[in-house]
Amino acid sequence: MSGAGKLLIFGGLALAAFGMLYGLYYAVFIEHQTLDTIGGSLAGAFVHAAERRIPEAHHAIDAYATTKYNYVRQVDVHSHWIGLGMLMIVFGVVFDRLAFSEPTRLGIAMALLVGSVVFPMGVILQTINHGGFFPSALAVTGSALVTIALAAVTVGFARANS
Amino acid sequence: MATRTIPSTVATTFAPLSARRLLIFGGIALIAGGMLFGDIFAVFVLHQNAGLQSEALIAASKAVAAQNPTAVKDIFKHLGGLLEDRGTKVDAHVHMIDAGYLALLLALLQPFVAFPLARKKVLAALFISGGVLLPVGVFLIHYVGLAYSPFAVIGWASILADSAGALLIIALLGEAWGLWKYFRGTRADVVEPDLPHEGSWSCRALLSGGTLLVLLGFLHGAWYAGVDLYRHETGEIIILSNMVDYSAANDVARAANEVRNFGNLAGEKAVNIAAHSHIIEFGLLAMLLSFVQPYVFLSEEWKRRWVKVMLAGSIILPVCVLLELRLGLLAGGIADIGGLMVIVALIGMLVGVLRYSGSLDTASGAAR
Repeated sequence: MSGAGKLLIFGGLALAAFGMLYGLYYAVFIEHQTLDTIGGSLAGAFVHAAERRIPEAHHAIDAYATTKYNYVRQVDVHSHWIGLGMLMIVFGVVFDRLAFSEPTRLGIAMALLVGSVVFPMGVILQTINHGGFFPSALAVTGSALVTIALAAVTVGFARANS
Repeated sequence: MATRTIPSTVATTFAPLSARRLLIFGGIALIAGGMLFGDIFAVFVLHQNAGLQSEALIAASKAVAAQNPTAVKDIFKHLGGLLEDRGTKVDAHVHMIDAGYLALLLALLQPFVAFPLARKKVLAALFISGGVLLPVGVFLIHYVGLAYSPFAVIGWASILADSAGALLIIALLGEAWGLWKYFRGTRADVVEPDLPHEGSWSCRALLSGGTLLVLLGFLHGAWYAGVDLYRHETGEIIILSNMVDYSAANDVARAANEVRNFGNLAGEKAVNIAAHSHIIEFGLLAMLLSFVQPYVFLSEEWKRRWVKVMLAGSIILPVCVLLELRLGLLAGGIADIGGLMVIVALIGMLVGVLRYSGSLDTASGAAR
């Protein structure tokens, strides 16, 4: 197996295992409490409105928005790390069949690995710095790297088939 | 249905009761089971659940207008139950399929895991057990709740699901350790042969088609994140604020209109996320199935048929899910047919693998 294949298999396994560990940690220590906060804030908003305490109702909706914003991203990070890890392992097994030279294959594998780590990391950093430039830039750069690498892999397989 | 003879090079890679056979059978069965569950959920639960959520929100608006906080609390307790019902079923569907994908992946990696055959089999059994128990636990969360639980917010079904997740992680770490040993130069006493490389049309079509599906899914996801995600998040908060304001002003009609907007927005988000995740998962599945093709004991003609059905279903489902917003239930029905096509193709291939192992065991005398 070539260096590119090994890089993808080890990187993919590490990423999938890390994504699962992160998901387990999140499910055990954070998720249940977060879901309670999301449900509680929304219910609280309507209860405050029924009591005609409108400013408190809007504060509760803001709390709902913030908690849900974080929750969506935490779940996305968990699923994307595992999904991208699996994709890298599959590619690792057949990467030698890509109709490119080994340095090119290594470059594509590196782009896939870096993009797969950086893209969800940018997403999770958005939960610390809402609307911040750096986390969004990181996520966009990471996803662009993965997309370009995927396009290259598609071309590589198509060339191999022809 | 014509068949073909089994090449001896392929037969050696699929020994009776081996870890690889367990992972391939278990993996395909988990994926087919998860997809079937998803199709049943989409037809019988999804839309009905969304309708009940809207009804609950309208009832909450009316309770707000009537200045009845107690009724609001009761309605939201009911709404929480509806959301949990939906969420746990989606999670069970997703986790069952993902465990199946990982099982197929591990089957590919078996030649590079430097452990004795018995230890590999234990790891495979551990993984498949975790893959079955995790979705079962998640599914039961809604029904078991906190009954007899010693914890404040975590019930026994959650404990089962989390424990099964831990089993999966332990098995995965074990496989990673075996891989690490292999690449450090250690070899098992009995070296498992590498996967056969079959350059057939079916293999190539699944590999190229799968990669293309993943790429399309990624492009759609990037488009959604860039164009729609923040608009949807902001829109949801504006709608909820309006709902609360109109209800407090006793304007139940406008509040009900906001509930409809909320439902439409939730639908828009759901179809985009479903299309994105399904097209990528089908792409990954197609790629994984390309490796299994040497073990599908069917004629090339039938193998091609299943590949075409599988790839067609993989496109039809996500495209029609996206079209649900414009065409309504017609597109939803066609999407369900697309999902069914993938399931049928998957079962067709599983039958091929079963026939293969049956022929192999009969030939080697293992079936006695």
